[in-house]
Amino acid sequence: MSDLNLKKGSSAKSAYNLRPNFSDIVERHTLAVMVENEPGVLARVIGLFAGRGYNIESLTVAEVDHEGKLSRITIVTTGTPQVIEQIKAQLGRIVTVHDVHDLTVEGPSVERELAMFKVAGDGEKRVEALRLADIFRANVVDSTLNSFVFEITGAPEKIDAFADLMRPLGLVEVARTGVAALSRGG
Amino acid sequence: MTRQMTGAEMVVQALIDQGVDTVFGYPGGAVLPIYDAIFQQNNIKHVLVRHEQGAVHAAEGYARSTGKPGVCLVTSGPGATNAVTGLTDALLDSIPIIVLTGQVPTFMIGSDAFQEADTVGITRPCTKHNWLVKETAALSSVLHEAFHVATSGRPGPVLIDIPKDVQFASGTYNAPQPSTSHYQPTVKGDISSITELVEAMEKAERPLFYTGGGVINSGPAASQLLRELVAATNFPITSTLMGLGAYPASGENWLGMLGMHGLYEANMAMHGCDLMINIGARFDDRITGVISEFSPNSTKAHIDIDPSSINKVIRVDIPIVGDVGHVLEDLMKVWKSRGRKTNSAAVGNWWSQIKAWQTIECLKFTQQGKVIKPQYALSRLEALTKKHDRFITTEVGQHQMWAAQYLGFEDPNRWMTSGGLGTMGYGFPASIGVQMGHPESLVINVAGEASWLMNMQELGTAMQYNLPVKQFILNNERLGMVRQWQELLHGERYSSSWSESLPDFVKLAEAFGAKGILCSDPDDLDEAIMEMLNHDGPVLFDCLVEKHENCFPMIPSGKAHNEMLLGDADTQGAIDAKGSVLV
Repeated sequence: MSDLNLKKGSSAKSAYNLRPNFSDIVERHTLAVMVENEPGVLARVIGLFAGRGYNIESLTVAEVDHEGKLSRITIVTTGTPQVIEQIKAQLGRIVTVHDVHDLTVEGPSVERELAMFKVAGDGEKRVEALRLADIFRANVVDSTLNSFVFEITGAPEKIDAFADLMRPLGLVEVARTGVAALSRGG
Repeated sequence: MTRQMTGAEMVVQALIDQGVDTVFGYPGGAVLPIYDAIFQQNNIKHVLVRHEQGAVHAAEGYARSTGKPGVCLVTSGPGATNAVTGLTDALLDSIPIIVLTGQVPTFMIGSDAFQEADTVGITRPCTKHNWLVKETAALSSVLHEAFHVATSGRPGPVLIDIPKDVQFASGTYNAPQPSTSHYQPTVKGDISSITELVEAMEKAERPLFYTGGGVINSGPAASQLLRELVAATNFPITSTLMGLGAYPASGENWLGMLGMHGLYEANMAMHGCDLMINIGARFDDRITGVISEFSPNSTKAHIDIDPSSINKVIRVDIPIVGDVGHVLEDLMKVWKSRGRKTNSAAVGNWWSQIKAWQTIECLKFTQQGKVIKPQYALSRLEALTKKHDRFITTEVGQHQMWAAQYLGFEDPNRWMTSGGLGTMGYGFPASIGVQMGHPESLVINVAGEASWLMNMQELGTAMQYNLPVKQFILNNERLGMVRQWQELLHGERYSSSWSESLPDFVKLAEAFGAKGILCSDPDDLDEAIMEMLNHDGPVLFDCLVEKHENCFPMIPSGKAHNEMLLGDADTQGAIDAKGSVLV
């Protein structure tokens, strides 16, 4: 697992993280789930969330270790601490799930998301969109005489903020990849 | 050992190598090559059921009674979809079974071919794991891994979907090796948590063991350790429906079953204890009653092999993830090494309180008049069969709860019932599976007439294989539990809960070549039961019982353990509007 920059430590198979937290406050957690890259594995994970009524705010998946046939699913979910613990335990009992990491509690982590924004407009609005894109370090990946497609990478909050700014300037369409996340440090 | 063989031959060879002696199944187009391979060998006996649901329940009965995994073989499409209820039943009750399904050839998958269904898609949520094997080369390792997954950790059903061309093609067969897969569940409990539990046990004034099916799944050694622990500590013990037999019903510390239809003393002890030691149970809603008032003053310890069981329903103070047998062994060691301490004076007072609760005699009934009370029928069945080498299966409903209350189980693996899913139609095929695993034993299915009819076709199976299963039907011409709830919750409007156009069960038995016995008079009951026991062959025992008997004690929906109804006189206004929406 060292190749994958995953922290050793608590996984859903450990009892230590099962001590209840008595809060009823809904929290947002980012989970990194290492799964065997076999047919149907994503369906198992999604089916678990659908079948047990858990939330998915964002989900990304791709193979990260071709030789080891491992894929990494990054899930952003919300729930009370008890629900979050239950989600991790339920993920952990899927036979093809190798590890479940709660990046929100396992020390600091970084989250990034890529998004593309199509903004159409003329005159001042067009200039303003380009100026704001520059401030946000968004790249122009397509341009016509009356539209841009911006590409932006960052934490989800940054992308939300950029979307808020583009809306009055002629935002036509948004595509977001969902969150990819890694724990910080070695 | 590696050998070249066809996929179909691999299936049979893998089953032999895994120690399988019995397969329950039903042939069809997509499994013909496997049936052909079965035809050409003598190691594995195939039991032809009359419906695929029956095959899965039979395999469950076989598995629960023998401790070995049960195996089913069914065809694609409808064969697989008919197996879904059994798979779900096995998932909820953690029963290790391996279901092999045929599938249309790989090159036809996705074309809506004849008898094609997305079997792995349909069964993904109702299996512990499943596989679609697209290459013969992978088949033998998947077969062996399936046994590993089904029987390791928390046991459960697995399914292997095998396309017909994979069955025909040849490949290399690999003999079973110790599993090298990532799936290796932890069996040893954390020793510091175990020590924490021992400390709590030393101090506890009102301790209680609350045990479940996990003790039985862990194997006979776990039940033995449990008995030693109970004897050594003198703590009282109760059990869920699934755990009956792990501790003997004749044991001195036995309080009887707990839960919705559990015994008064067991539920009161759950409510009043100060240390609850949950061993292999899962705080099911039939056990807890209303969560907010569940055992309000207790420290709760929970031993379970499945981490997701911990804190799922009830927040516990001392979680221990591990196999019951391993954890109890360590628990005993730690407790002994610390000097075998308990707070025996306080525990003595606790017992006085429990004995006071027991004087209520919540299972007392009076048999009078010429109509058989179902409780009386089961009491007589118990009296006349308890000395036998006996296995009991049940269907689902009032009769199931009465069987749990009035029959005594002295050993594990003797009681097969659909606990989690509550599957009507489970008991008859399960009794067939049990009898296959125990040809010389007495196997009785305690049934209701409505449940029994759900899989009555299996009478053909029982006859074909000369399986002398006794079908003890408590016939009240009602869906008794539905009727009871309608009486209590729905203003006595008995919507569709009576059994009209019932068959003459004696003639029905005779139509299959089996023996039918009708009994309606309490004075004839003993003689009729003896006639059933003395007949060498399947018997359909139609026991006409009181039609409007309700099952008590009962914790009504939305109520706590100390708010039990003990009889009809308690039922007025017992369930409020909030409780009536619960099931």
